[in-house]
Amino acid sequence: MSTQDIIDTLAGIEPGSALDAIRARRLQARENAQKSYLSLFEPIDSGEFSLSERAAVAAFVTGLHGESPVAAFYREKLAANADGAPLLEAITAEIERGRTSGPYGAFPAGPLSIENKAGLIYRVGAERKPVLGARLAAALEHAHLLVFRPRDASSADMKALLAAGWSETGIVTFSQLVAFLSFQVRVVSGLRTLAAASAQELAS
Amino acid sequence: MSTVNPPVVFTQDELGWVSWIDPLSETELTERHFAGLVDRARAKSDYFRLLVRDPEVLEARTRTDKDIFYNVADGLPRAERELAAAATSRHNGCIYCASVHARFASTYSRRRDDVQRLLDEGVKADLGERWNAVVKASVALAATPIAFGPDNVEELRRAGLDDAEIVDVINGASFFNWANRLMLSLGEPSKKAISPAQELLLVSTLNGWSRA
Repeated sequence: MSTQDIIDTLAGIEPGSALDAIRARRLQARENAQKSYLSLFEPIDSGEFSLSERAAVAAFVTGLHGESPVAAFYREKLAANADGAPLLEAITAEIERGRTSGPYGAFPAGPLSIENKAGLIYRVGAERKPVLGARLAAALEHAHLLVFRPRDASSADMKALLAAGWSETGIVTFSQLVAFLSFQVRVVSGLRTLAAASAQELAS
Repeated sequence: MSTVNPPVVFTQDELGWVSWIDPLSETELTERHFAGLVDRARAKSDYFRLLVRDPEVLEARTRTDKDIFYNVADGLPRAERELAAAATSRHNGCIYCASVHARFASTYSRRRDDVQRLLDEGVKADLGERWNAVVKASVALAATPIAFGPDNVEELRRAGLDDAEIVDVINGASFFNWANRLMLSLGEPSKKAISPAQELLLVSTLNGWSRA
């Protein structure tokens, strides 16, 4: 594959390092995490979910996880788009508005209800709706739900996306993108933590 | 039209899953879709016929999943990869995912009662040093912002995991932050209806009636 492995790049894994060797033992996982990234951000067909929307949602989702090389990467990806600058400004403001800690949300009514945890029900700021548009505003609200309180999701949330102009296929790709980023940001963070712990051990 | 009978507790029973938006029908599937499904048998599942609306993403995701969990040539034992998946699902609140991977964890570890305690008591259940370390690391990875830190690495090492095994924990737990979000947001679990014949068999077994 010509493109550099995105997880290795973001995690700072050097060729020939110990973690590089460990990752080589899960080659199919490594190559297909990369293919997942490429199929989401360089898709064959972006008709149901535009590249600009993908970059905006990715910057929002990774930004909600706090500052990191992953968040910086997707922010730059959004800024590189033709219409990126005003969107990046709006997304940056919405990340501030939506920042909280998860997971929280409600369980189905019953014995698990004692574990229900209340938290922010995020809605896009009214002042940002004109620049984001109805489709992207609905997408950010749903993405926030997926990031922080996925157990709150209901069929009404699917209806809200359909009403905002998302197709069923668009919803599937959009959900995959948010869910994939939830994976990618954790693998990168986990590998960085492990590499730092090993470096610490060598130094002491 | 079957009605949904959602479970209200975590369980190791087999559950169904009902989509909130339309999966493709089996007759709509082309070779591009079958490539996305990876296993042709998955065409029978509503969940996979929904995800196959984007076949390229589904194919890459499926192959990532299979290598993280099924490639046991080296690294963490399968049971503990499943434990990471079950703990992540328990913490995020995905009753469907937890049911599948708790079952797998029970099968491969033969520690069904401990797995059930994870489901019943939650991620703080005391399951012994090694499992506690795997569960705690999975919970820290599930947090947003991510809470996985050097203490988790230290605990996993103290419990006997080498770095390759720790990478399997990171991959397995992280992957379920992907899976949980799809399963929780595109549809809901449903308790499987028991047919009258199955019920009779169940009742007769419980009552010790002999079939012979």
